[in-house]
Amino acid sequence: MEKLTLTVNGLAREVNVDPNMPLLWVLRDLLGLTGTKFGCGVAQCGACTVHVNGEALRSCVTKVSRAVGQQIITIEALSENNDHPLQLAWAELDVPQCGYCQSGQLMSAAVLLREKPNPTDQDIDDAMSGNICRCGTYPRIRAAIHKAAKMQQEGVKP
Amino acid sequence: MKKPIILGLMLLSSVVMALSFNVSKKETKTEPLMVVKDSIASVAAFKQVYAVLMSPRCMNCHPAGNVPLQGDDSHLHTMLPKRGVEGKGVLAMKCSNCHQAENTPGLHTPPGNPNWHLPPDNMKMVFQGRSANQLAKQLVNPKQNGNKGMKELIAHADDGLVLAGWNPGEGRSLPPISHAEFKKAWLKWLQTGAFAPAK
Repeated sequence: MEKLTLTVNGLAREVNVDPNMPLLWVLRDLLGLTGTKFGCGVAQCGACTVHVNGEALRSCVTKVSRAVGQQIITIEALSENNDHPLQLAWAELDVPQCGYCQSGQLMSAAVLLREKPNPTDQDIDDAMSGNICRCGTYPRIRAAIHKAAKMQQEGVKP
Repeated sequence: MKKPIILGLMLLSSVVMALSFNVSKKETKTEPLMVVKDSIASVAAFKQVYAVLMSPRCMNCHPAGNVPLQGDDSHLHTMLPKRGVEGKGVLAMKCSNCHQAENTPGLHTPPGNPNWHLPPDNMKMVFQGRSANQLAKQLVNPKQNGNKGMKELIAHADDGLVLAGWNPGEGRSLPPISHAEFKKAWLKWLQTGAFAPAK
């Protein structure tokens, strides 16, 4: 066990853990940030995606030690008031069905929109292919990403 | 008749030479590479090298397309991650999003390396589908091998990602020979003139 200080959603959080513990366990079980989901545990589904220094890391296979000194952002802090253009578009188009994969989908989509503010369908495929949705909401995810991109261009800030 | 003549010429030309490649004046401490041309020994050594390079542990990250390969059957990587400009993936699908600095424990989990990547887009260094002749020529062509001269080629035998081929994580087969045997064959191939097999 080791005392580690993490920066999660802008706050310094101290945890006493095995440095090899997956970041996902720390976020969910120790810090109570349950918006990030456990799906496969082997980086195959994307449900556990969080941002570490702005990249869409799979927290289920990321040791907590890798995240020390980095900026960790979870779905709870993607925006201050759930008003990221992606969240607004998601709500408007009623994207989720069961919802389990959606926080991971949103975190990946946020990286996509940051790097490609006006993504093509191919960009969306390239960015989102690591996030699986068992309900098959892919057409609505695609539409919502396009909508969010348009909202961003019209001035809605991420 | 042509083959014996060509072989004869090659052997005649196999004059013993001591050459130093890419050793600049500033790098006098570097041990010069001794090359003793021997086409037969060189081709024989490359046979072993080729068997390793075409094994899934090497070839899977040297694909013909822009998607890495996976598994002992070298299927396309699930999720179809793309190479990207630097070979490190794209957008929300960068290699290091899943591949850690070390292997993740367990079957079918992402293997790891601190420098996990494919060759970059402008120098793809494709192994998949290459014949022994093609690959041998490609490996010593700086325009196709990542601008490597002889010194860099020798050093590449101990590159971290090359070594990772012998630490592939659970459930993945090893290259057909040990790293020590591979390195020996690699150096032998280079030091005997880096001849390309006929086919």
